Amino acid sequence: MPRSANFWRIALPAIAVVVFLVGWSVYVRTAEVSAFVLPPPEAIAVALGHLILDPNLWYHARITVTEAVSGFVIAVTLGTVLGFLMARFPPVEWAAKPFIVLLQLVPKIALAPLFILWFGFGLESKIVIAAALAFFPVFSNALIAFKSVDPGDSDVMTMLQANAAQRFVMLELPNALPVVLTGMEVSVVMSMIGAIVGEFIGGSEGLGYLAVKYLQELSVPNLFAVVVVLTLVGLCLYLLIGRLRAWLAPWHASSTGSH
Amino acid sequence: MSEHDPALLSAEIDIRGLTKIFGEGATAVTAISKADLDLDRGAFISLLGPSGCGKTTLLRIVAGLEAPTEGSVSIRGLPVWRGRKRSRKATRPVSMMFQEARLFPWYSVAENVALPLRITGASNADRMARAREICATVGLKGFEDHRPAQLSGGMRQRASLARALVTDPQVLLLDEPFGALDAMTRDTLNLGLMEVCARARVTTILVTHSIAEAAFLSDRVIVLAPRPARITNVVDIPFARPRTLDLQRSTAFQDIVADLRTQLMEGHDA
Ligand SMILES: Nc1ncnc2c1ncn2[C@@H]1O[C@H](COP(=O)(O)OP(=O)(O)OP(=O)(O)O)[C@@H](O)[C@H]1O
Ligand SMILES: [Mg+2]
Repeated sequence: MPRSANFWRIALPAIAVVVFLVGWSVYVRTAEVSAFVLPPPEAIAVALGHLILDPNLWYHARITVTEAVSGFVIAVTLGTVLGFLMARFPPVEWAAKPFIVLLQLVPKIALAPLFILWFGFGLESKIVIAAALAFFPVFSNALIAFKSVDPGDSDVMTMLQANAAQRFVMLELPNALPVVLTGMEVSVVMSMIGAIVGEFIGGSEGLGYLAVKYLQELSVPNLFAVVVVLTLVGLCLYLLIGRLRAWLAPWHASSTGSH
Repeated sequence: MSEHDPALLSAEIDIRGLTKIFGEGATAVTAISKADLDLDRGAFISLLGPSGCGKTTLLRIVAGLEAPTEGSVSIRGLPVWRGRKRSRKATRPVSMMFQEARLFPWYSVAENVALPLRITGASNADRMARAREICATVGLKGFEDHRPAQLSGGMRQRASLARALVTDPQVLLLDEPFGALDAMTRDTLNLGLMEVCARARVTTILVTHSIAEAAFLSDRVIVLAPRPARITNVVDIPFARPRTLDLQRSTAFQDIVADLRTQLMEGHDA
């Protein structure tokens, strides 16, 4: 790539972000928007600076991450195993189909209050909500991925007299991994949403709870700062999946692409 | 051609009255019609015929990947098919190289080549050493640790050939193995293949579109015609072995090539 193209690739997004922030600040001041509605970015930055230095924030962040990651791990495990079983053993799919379709149609968020009722106000209910939201992206990708073994590749294993376990380890699993990982990328975001929603409606800990608390105190810059922290946490989890992909599926185009 | 002779029960590969029809009713396609073929141990035969005349299908039935509609295939006296069920035992000595390279993208070239040995339970050190050795013989030295996606089409075919040879098979089925190779590499690999097959007395069925290649490598060339797909002729290739590339310049060789070409064209017109 020519040097100037490289330069603009870094400079253009930076300029765009600066223009956006300056525009925001100028708009809030000139249009006299109430700081309760939309604080200027510098006020958010100050609030963020205070928040980050406050150990209390990290306590709440740890709670939310624990809930989201636990829910995510449960969803990935269940989704992958069930996806594999349904792809491999059609009767399992026939039996599970009505439940899957129904559960897929239920807006999972609407079940959140129910989960609070069943699992209490502690971490457990948030983990269940996070898992419920994160399950389907992994599951449906795993189902397709395990079904889409190329018959020609399967013939290779047949000629080599491979048994079922060898087929799974050497063909079905690596073949499915890139698609399952794509599902996981969606799921990790969903599990964050699940954990936060759980904290909104019934919690005394976590970043979702913190956001509600700041709203009640009408501390809008702090509210925005929490959103920024949540975004950063989500970004870290997303990047972690990218690392996982580079490690587990380095051969696949998705590992060398734009991530 | 040859009528069934009980003495030939010892044949390495025995194909009797083989018919394969895909589909039913108006859309049914007869891929193979009443084919008879027998190969003694160490025989090298080629299937020559236009695209879509059932060559791949024939190999797949012998390999136990496609059930025949009628007829039988035996390898070393063991039937490959019992109804629609393949026999693992009968197909154990068989190695097949597919028309596409069919390497697994998640493994390196050497790991792909070593895969058959991994499945039979060879130790990691043993199988990788053997894989590197055989990679070198097909001209892939220095590419063992590459991924298949980093190879050219012809190199992938060679890796696929290496994978087919790594188990020292007794029966080798090759479906257009050298289609994507330049003439020089093709000659080299053909010589290597002849040497391997002769040394270990490998029984080989080769599918090719190259008349000269078929004549050069084979003891017998089977000419197939399409619609309805059938064996139209069997040409014995009398040249002594070991053969060298010089053979291809002899008039006797060129006469056979011309003869095969005529037969192929007749099949086409029929
Ligand atoms: N699985 C299948 N289902 C239906 N028809 C098939 C199937 N496999 C092959 N056929 C048909 O059988 C015929 C022979 O196919 P085959 O692949 O054996 O040809 P081929 O001689 O190997 O051709 P080529 O030289 O192009 O590889 C074709 O008409 C094809 O359409
Ligand atoms: Mg073919």
